[in-house]
Amino acid sequence: MIMEISLWLNNVFIKDNIAPDTLLLDYVRSKGCYSVKRGCETSNCGLCTVILEGKPVLSCSTLAVRANGKHVITMEGLQEEAAEVGGFLADQGSEQCGFCSPGFIMNVISMSKELKDPTLEEVKGYLAGNLCRCTGYQSQLRAVLNYLNAKKEAK
Amino acid sequence: MKMNAVNASIRKKDAMALVTGKPVYTDDIAPKDCLVVKVLRSPYAHAMIKEVKIDAALKVPGIECILTYEDVPKTRFTIAGQTYPELSPYDRLILEQRVRFVGDGVAIIAGKDESSVLKAMKLIKVSYEVLEPVLDFTKAKDHKVVVHPEEDWKVLIPLGPDKNRNIVCHGTEEQGNFEEEYAKCKYVIDETYHTKANQQAMMETFRAYTYMDAYGRLNVVASTQVPFHVRKTLATALETKKSNIRVVKPRIGGGFGAKQTVVAEIYPAIVTWLTGKPAKIIYTREESQIASSPRHEMQIRVRIGADEKGKIQAMGINTLSNAGAFGDHTPTTIGLSGTKTLPIYTSNAKAYKFEYEAVYTNQMAAGAYRGYGATQGLFAVESAINELAAKMNIDPTILREKNIVKEGDFMSAYHGETANSCALDRCLEKAKEMIDWDNKYPCKDLGNGKVRSVGIAVAMQGSCINDVDVASVSIKISDDGFYNMNIGATDMGTGCDTILAQIAADCLDTDVNNIIVSGVDTDISPYDSGSYASSTTYLTGMATIKTCEELREKITAAGADMLGCKPEEAEFDGNSVINLTNHKSISLIDIANNSMCGSNHTLEACVKHTSPVSPPPYMAGAVEVEIDKETGHLDIIDYVAVVDCGTVINPNLARVQTEGGLVQGIGMALYEDVVYGKDGTCYSNSFMQYKIPSRLDVGQIRVAFESSYEPTGPFGAKSIGELVINTPSPALANAVYNATRVNVRTLPITSEKIIMGMLNK
Repeated sequence: MIMEISLWLNNVFIKDNIAPDTLLLDYVRSKGCYSVKRGCETSNCGLCTVILEGKPVLSCSTLAVRANGKHVITMEGLQEEAAEVGGFLADQGSEQCGFCSPGFIMNVISMSKELKDPTLEEVKGYLAGNLCRCTGYQSQLRAVLNYLNAKKEAK
Repeated sequence: MKMNAVNASIRKKDAMALVTGKPVYTDDIAPKDCLVVKVLRSPYAHAMIKEVKIDAALKVPGIECILTYEDVPKTRFTIAGQTYPELSPYDRLILEQRVRFVGDGVAIIAGKDESSVLKAMKLIKVSYEVLEPVLDFTKAKDHKVVVHPEEDWKVLIPLGPDKNRNIVCHGTEEQGNFEEEYAKCKYVIDETYHTKANQQAMMETFRAYTYMDAYGRLNVVASTQVPFHVRKTLATALETKKSNIRVVKPRIGGGFGAKQTVVAEIYPAIVTWLTGKPAKIIYTREESQIASSPRHEMQIRVRIGADEKGKIQAMGINTLSNAGAFGDHTPTTIGLSGTKTLPIYTSNAKAYKFEYEAVYTNQMAAGAYRGYGATQGLFAVESAINELAAKMNIDPTILREKNIVKEGDFMSAYHGETANSCALDRCLEKAKEMIDWDNKYPCKDLGNGKVRSVGIAVAMQGSCINDVDVASVSIKISDDGFYNMNIGATDMGTGCDTILAQIAADCLDTDVNNIIVSGVDTDISPYDSGSYASSTTYLTGMATIKTCEELREKITAAGADMLGCKPEEAEFDGNSVINLTNHKSISLIDIANNSMCGSNHTLEACVKHTSPVSPPPYMAGAVEVEIDKETGHLDIIDYVAVVDCGTVINPNLARVQTEGGLVQGIGMALYEDVVYGKDGTCYSNSFMQYKIPSRLDVGQIRVAFESSYEPTGPFGAKSIGELVINTPSPALANAVYNATRVNVRTLPITSEKIIMGMLNK
């Protein structure tokens, strides 16, 4: 069985025919959005985070048909913001292998839009679903705090 | 030599590509027409395959091929990525009639897409003769069931194997008369510790794609730490010449030792080899959890004896290791449980003894994981030291101060090396100061049902496998005087492409951005054993220095030629070659461009390096925890790590290595555990069942460096990557004891074990 969907992927309108069990993760990768990674199959790692209608979601556990009529943003559509946040990670050496970086940064970008002046605990809590095996999280936290401070100072 | 790039926190060269999500990993760059490859896996821990019916499965549209044990070559090999001749036994076939663990390969299925392959997999009918498995490694020796009864099992360098008794290796090393000296000691400890299998759990699972190139050669693009060993292993397994295979490493999403084993590459390789078509395999997280290469489970008996002054005089270690179904990395990991523990305390002891034995079982084969066997050994030995201190009623840091290895000490138990660079005493002192040990030891009852305590451990590792590992680097000068640097070491996120460029930049007096680094391609890169055994900075760093020295001479000679003087009358300062007599100079740009036009000057160099020594990095780890006396719940308040890795080449990357290693070590200490059911099924098959630390699980972590200077290392550097995983398990066990008087000797140290220990006292 094939279903027809239409959506905006990184602000480009697409009409497509897909199998109904296609996961959003596999769908966006098939459209060239390779920043979106699979780290597990159990919604534990956060690597596959994309923004659906302004909210971060795990694309590994979202059916592509759920995006019908909606806007999906991957890191390919947020290159400037990714480079801005990512620069702070790079300055700490905290991207390391980099495999979890896109999902993590997508969530950091979402957090900075959603939370005004978050506390340390709020930052950790918001990002708790993004696993990383290389860094032990400390350098990521330093990077995020530096990013939030820089944003505050720029205002 | 001036240090401009070295010791600077420079961004990794690939950082911005990684953080902006560029397609640089294996699955991002695989050809779109790749056959999808999957493996049908055994539901039994031990069985003989009677029949595999594939006719229905072959009819699924899009299926290209289905391979069973009857279709694969019959030459045994090892998937351990080690220098030839490997110590790991050649005990595997690509597929075999006998399956040896739940998850062992039964059939390889290749088809045009995932759904057709999964559909075909369901239609394969296998009948098994189910056999009794060996599931308890303490009862594996001389078990009536033999895991490897086959005649063609072989090992290239035998360390006392006896496969008909399920023994992979065994041996004894002794200095002095241990039993005699131990018996004389006033204070003795004799305890047995049990460490579990742990998964490396790198975020990118095992994966590779393969295709035939224009020359009819098998090309393999793999997420691996050991491209040259992949080439060797695949050639052996496929019974072909190594010249028929090329291996390329793209960016890697983490390894931690898992990718020092050729876990997945053979499956797409044989499909491409037989069909001529491109193929890829992407392991699911479940496969990465149940059919991979986790840390060896070990049971370690430690006996330590000290005299009335608290001086350690005798130390004995007896290690039993669980190889699982195959012996990958088994004879090598087990040695580290002795050679990376005994030297910390035996430079001035009268005797030591190290006995070891590893056995086959019907569980997933173990492999290489950061720390190798040292991590297991150090949990046991450091715990025993803490228990000895408790028995002597002295502060465990004082017992260490009396006994730890100091700079200049001869380490008989460490291949007879001398500790030429060792700041362990300073590391310990600094760690005590940072955690405020003297005020916090042993514990403080907070009066609200909670108690805070501190714990301590020290550790060592090596830097490369001495006289075995080799590294080589080639650097050539290109138009306008930029440098192309080729390395055979694999950057798996650790940043070695950048670290080695930093070293080269200082050696060539140039900017780090003037060095273009290319990752590994076995056809092009100079040979390197691979990125493991904490060898890259130490060994490939030295190869970089030697290569730069040779290249500088060549540049100087070319410049002198153009200036009309002898090379010994000229000097290269990084920008130009100067005639020291008349101070005329010629720029590097002109020298480089001139070498490309009517020139006989070969402005490139490639130099190899190996090391007769493996200088240990050292560290001290101190932790403060808070334990709930009602539930046994443990929170980490503060972890301090003070590391002696010699000269720090890139402070950012060294710090991140340390923080990352500590948190992996904390996971191992507190909850990571590969658990099997009674039938041998691995229950820890997802991130739901196998929990790795999240950012909410780790408290404050603080890292400091107390550098010694290693004379044989680049700029005085030693290794750091593996060392840093070793202290959390024993330090946390010590903190638990200091709070509760409960010794947890089996990892992980769960709340349940803590509270049950308190209740059973």
